[in-house]
Amino acid sequence: MSALVEARGLAVGYGAAPVLGDVDFALEAGERVGVLGPNGGGKTTLFRALLGELRPLAGELTVAGRCGTVPQTERSRLDFPVSALDVALMGTIAGRPWWRRPGRAERRTARAALGRVGLEQLAERTFGELSGGQRQRVLVARALVQEARIVLLDEPFTGLDAASAERLEALLDELASEGRGILIATHDVDQARAWDRVLCLNRRQIAFGPPAETLTREVLAATYGGAIVTLPAEDGREALALLPPHHCDHEHSA
Amino acid sequence: MTVLASVLTALGDPWDQGIMQRALLEVVLLGLVGGALGCWIVLSELSYGAESLAHGMFPGLVLAALTGIPLLLGGAAGILVAALAVALAGRVPGIGRDNAVAVVVTTLFGLGVLLALSPSSPPGIQGLLFGDVLGTSAGDLLDGAALAAVVLAALWVLHWRLLAVGFDRLSARALGAPPLLADAALLILLALAVLVAVQGLGNLLVVAVLVAPAAAARLLARRLLPMMATAVAIAIVAGIAGLYLSYYVRVAAGASIAGFMVLAYALARLATLAESLRGAATLTEAN
Repeated sequence: MSALVEARGLAVGYGAAPVLGDVDFALEAGERVGVLGPNGGGKTTLFRALLGELRPLAGELTVAGRCGTVPQTERSRLDFPVSALDVALMGTIAGRPWWRRPGRAERRTARAALGRVGLEQLAERTFGELSGGQRQRVLVARALVQEARIVLLDEPFTGLDAASAERLEALLDELASEGRGILIATHDVDQARAWDRVLCLNRRQIAFGPPAETLTREVLAATYGGAIVTLPAEDGREALALLPPHHCDHEHSA
Repeated sequence: MTVLASVLTALGDPWDQGIMQRALLEVVLLGLVGGALGCWIVLSELSYGAESLAHGMFPGLVLAALTGIPLLLGGAAGILVAALAVALAGRVPGIGRDNAVAVVVTTLFGLGVLLALSPSSPPGIQGLLFGDVLGTSAGDLLDGAALAAVVLAALWVLHWRLLAVGFDRLSARALGAPPLLADAALLILLALAVLVAVQGLGNLLVVAVLVAPAAAARLLARRLLPMMATAVAIAIVAGIAGLYLSYYVRVAAGASIAGFMVLAYALARLATLAESLRGAATLTEAN
């Protein structure tokens, strides 16, 4: 099976000095891979390299398929005068000559993508008026419109209520089952346990593999530095908890 | 009936004159360019840049007027020099970009005023400061129309890329919309629009048409194309209102036009305030 993404000894950075190095992993079709690490650990840098915005300083990075990105929606302008449909249509820009505007076919594709994420009814709603979970799903629809085989999600669950998070999780499962590769940057170690593999980064790759074997105490300690504590055992099993970074507003508990 | 007839006569009267007809066409051109491009300027928070370019180009305009070369050429050279000076000053460490721009623009504007107010300057040079929409010649109209066509065509072609960059700069590149290109395109279009508008509204008032109608439209419209249409309509209506005022009350046309544009913004603000108050009242009743 050929991988959608393959990194071998990859180092990336903004100047001459890498901010992320020693990266060796592969993303296969149909896999959900959680990318764990502290803020500044290199998650965003890795995504930018996958999107082709940063060139490898060393090693190799093969990306066999189009990457769609689902950024944090707080980053986009919520007061911008665009509808959910407009945002989904942005996925058609690259495939269209400059002078052509989105036509009927593109609109149909965009509406179908919004339908797939369960938002067809809200296509005309202003993007900024949607809930956090709905905005994430619009951006997933945009990646679908791009026909992205690789979907990169940056902290997609931050600030979502349980129902929205569950819905997004189900959507990601569905995308993976269609043979797409999904990379999800997250702070939530427990959530990542449900995915196929985890990639732990802290300025270099700490570990990569199935969560059950990979997320050991040692790996988590190396990934998050000192910000990790052991919670008292409740059911005979020790639980690890991650202390939230100081500017992170959501709680982690095990 | 006679009242209606006299109102109609009063409304129609000004447009019998060639000066007013050309002024009307100029105002429509200004409204088209200022309203449409203004939306991008307001959404991209480029208003300060627009003002800087307009003021920084002043020495170019004055030199053109003094030496008799076309204002359009002088203005274009002035904008180029101002843009270069701003770019260079922005690199001086330790004073901050906004401060650097302010210093450059004030210096250039002062230089222009120095040239304009020298005893050897021909009369009528204040038209460069406050505009002379009533002095629009057929040639000015042709130049203005050509530049306006370029600006509008570019906005049409770039629309989706500008939209993607404005919405989220960081992920725009991955969608095929490089932010650098959008920024450069907007600045060049801004320079062209300033060149069109400076003849009618003058160096000091040109920013009004690039900012006020779009800022008002932003409060009234929820999508970009309706926002552009609203901004264009506001700019043209304010322009025509300004011409009437200057015709009947004998006040400066450029200033009247700018005044009506700002008034439109104030009215739009009031309308949205009233709307939100009504919304709050309904909410309280419902509870």
